[in-house]
Amino acid sequence: MKILVAMSGGVDSSVAALLLREQGHDIVGVTMRLWGGESDTGCCSVSDVDDARRVAQQLDVDHLVFNFSDDFDAHVVDPYVRAHASGVTPNPCVECNRHLKFDRLLERADALGFDAVATGHHARIDTDGSGALRVARGADMKKDQSYVVHMLRGRALERTLFPVGGLTKADVRAIATSHGLRTASKPDSQDVCFIQSTAGREGFLAKRIAFNPADVVDTDGRPAGEVSAVELVTIGQRRGLNLGGGDKRYVVDVDVKSRRVVVGGEHDLLTHDVTVNELCWPHSDDKPTMPRDVLVQGSAHGARHAASITKASDDSVRLVWDKPQRRVAPGQTVVFYDSTDTYVVGGGIVTS
Amino acid sequence: MSSTSANGGVGGYVYLDHAATSPLRQEARAAMDPFHDVVFANPSGSHRFSRVARRAIDEARDVVAEVIGCRPGEVVFTSGGTEGANSAIFGAVRRNGGTAVCSVAEHHAVLHCVEHVAGRVLPVAPNGALDARLVRDTLRDGDGTSVVSVMTVNNEVGVVSDMVEISRAVRRRAPQAILHTDAVQAACWLDLRDIWPHVDVMTLSAHKFGGPKGVGIMAIRDGLSLEPLIYGGGQERDRRSGTLNVAGIVGATAALAVTHASRPVELARVSALRDMLVQGLMSSVEGCSLTLSGGAAVPGIVHVCIENLENEALLYLLDEQGLCASAASACASGAMEPSHVLAAMGVPKSRAMGALRLSLGHTTTENDVDAAVRIVADAAATLRSRSGTAGAR
Repeated sequence: MKILVAMSGGVDSSVAALLLREQGHDIVGVTMRLWGGESDTGCCSVSDVDDARRVAQQLDVDHLVFNFSDDFDAHVVDPYVRAHASGVTPNPCVECNRHLKFDRLLERADALGFDAVATGHHARIDTDGSGALRVARGADMKKDQSYVVHMLRGRALERTLFPVGGLTKADVRAIATSHGLRTASKPDSQDVCFIQSTAGREGFLAKRIAFNPADVVDTDGRPAGEVSAVELVTIGQRRGLNLGGGDKRYVVDVDVKSRRVVVGGEHDLLTHDVTVNELCWPHSDDKPTMPRDVLVQGSAHGARHAASITKASDDSVRLVWDKPQRRVAPGQTVVFYDSTDTYVVGGGIVTS
Repeated sequence: MSSTSANGGVGGYVYLDHAATSPLRQEARAAMDPFHDVVFANPSGSHRFSRVARRAIDEARDVVAEVIGCRPGEVVFTSGGTEGANSAIFGAVRRNGGTAVCSVAEHHAVLHCVEHVAGRVLPVAPNGALDARLVRDTLRDGDGTSVVSVMTVNNEVGVVSDMVEISRAVRRRAPQAILHTDAVQAACWLDLRDIWPHVDVMTLSAHKFGGPKGVGIMAIRDGLSLEPLIYGGGQERDRRSGTLNVAGIVGATAALAVTHASRPVELARVSALRDMLVQGLMSSVEGCSLTLSGGAAVPGIVHVCIENLENEALLYLLDEQGLCASAASACASGAMEPSHVLAAMGVPKSRAMGALRLSLGHTTTENDVDAAVRIVADAAATLRSRSGTAGAR
């Protein structure tokens, strides 16, 4: 097969390329230039591109750089900024996978005559009873990334490969080390790539949106203090509220429009259900058969909680938790897994 | 697959990226050879081997002066076009104070220097050239302009500036200012002796005319004082320190001499190839249009925009089929950047996305042109056919 391998300059995608090469595929490595602004690693992460290119050279395969920074701004950064301005906390990594790593790169791979795109994600692709492809957990549960690629389905999955999905991270590093790949001991990437660790989310957003102060009240509406930037407050947050001492208090509600933040005890944070839209089912082309009992994961490596799904409207569902759970901030991605926690049965974005 | 001449050193491939760099000329290679080995000495020394090297440098300087039409003492050897531009702009501003002026379509080697000294960046006409009238209307005596930098030939679209009129405007409006021209893309196509009388500083890059990389030539008018960029042993009459790159200078000079001597013949030959290329592209590539119309560009540069195509995808297919071409400049990661030149010319982003530069030079043959037309046409058609969305957006 002729395969375009997305090489970020990290160890997982380096080993993905190596494995495909060893299997005899005709591969080309590509690094996507996504973020054009300031970052912790310098202009367009030059050192990461260098690592990807040097690994490709070591494997004796061509390496390209695609500039997708306009698409990244349009599909990831701008929505991230706009969401914060309206009090929503999105997951930019999920959107990047959805729009860039898969939509855009698959489209480019098609145009250039490649049969498939491969990435270094720790996830697997398997088939259900009817032979349809679906995203499954990677072999290494601690590194599993099925959450961020849950939206893949149908034709996209047919053309996608996750060569390291069946390996543990330790296996991946061992393979990289035994082949002398320069990325063998490179640390895993952390956090959101376009936000500098020094300035943080606050510094990034401060340059792009206006912050507004807000009143902080308790669940009975009594004043409890104030915050200087309601746009930075997230449900479940405990720190940075300047409430003085006393019992632990959490943000249980944020209303950007009326500039009000409600705080309460841990029990006030608990809820029985959550509404989810922008749904994504593995069989989108047919009528989705909505699963009933699922395990729900609300962040990249978060815990799973059992819930049952009921239809809320034509394009949204209600998750009813088996046991009350902490509220999930609107904008967050929730992914549904089967009751054995092995494969993805759907996902969407929390509205309330 | 057709191939370029053996001289191109890129057998089996069609190389139409001469504006990025031109293959080393045989004459340059031959001239350099002895200085890698036999004549290895430092020309600044006092023994017999140094004297041989010194003589080679002196003779090279005479040849370069002849080609530019300047005095030998006005020639300074540098490490390339970028060093030349930096030396001219920072050298003028650091010596005389004030600030710098350039056009927005300059090469980054100039543009980023001018931006660094918080200079003024002037807009260009729709053909990418700086209009002398704008210079006349913008500059004022005593406005603090110490250097004006204008490229003779634009590296992306190939438009030729009217250096005579621009010079007249600068002399009249800002007589205190030094006029620098980046003539890097001019050397192959224009007689430098026609340009030198109108400017104070001219900079060249050897690898663009078949010399080695890492060698530049700067002509600095006698009596003009620029603050050196590099201090050290005082070589090049204290204007540029550092041990002279003897082999490089000798190779650059040999390439420049051949370029100059063959220019009249090459102009006619490459112009005919250019016409063939343009005609072929226009008739066989759907949605292809010339960025500059009728005679505004040097014959070595054919710049087109192909509708509804992404050049990043197109270049991959061209490369796969053995055609080396380019689109715009690349950033440090190797990613292609949207062209600042096309943006300055007012070319909409949707059209600039399909920009393609094919640049011709001393190794280009008719076979190259035939093959290039066929490869571009096939690649564009392939991208279009592979789906409504693929490649085209």
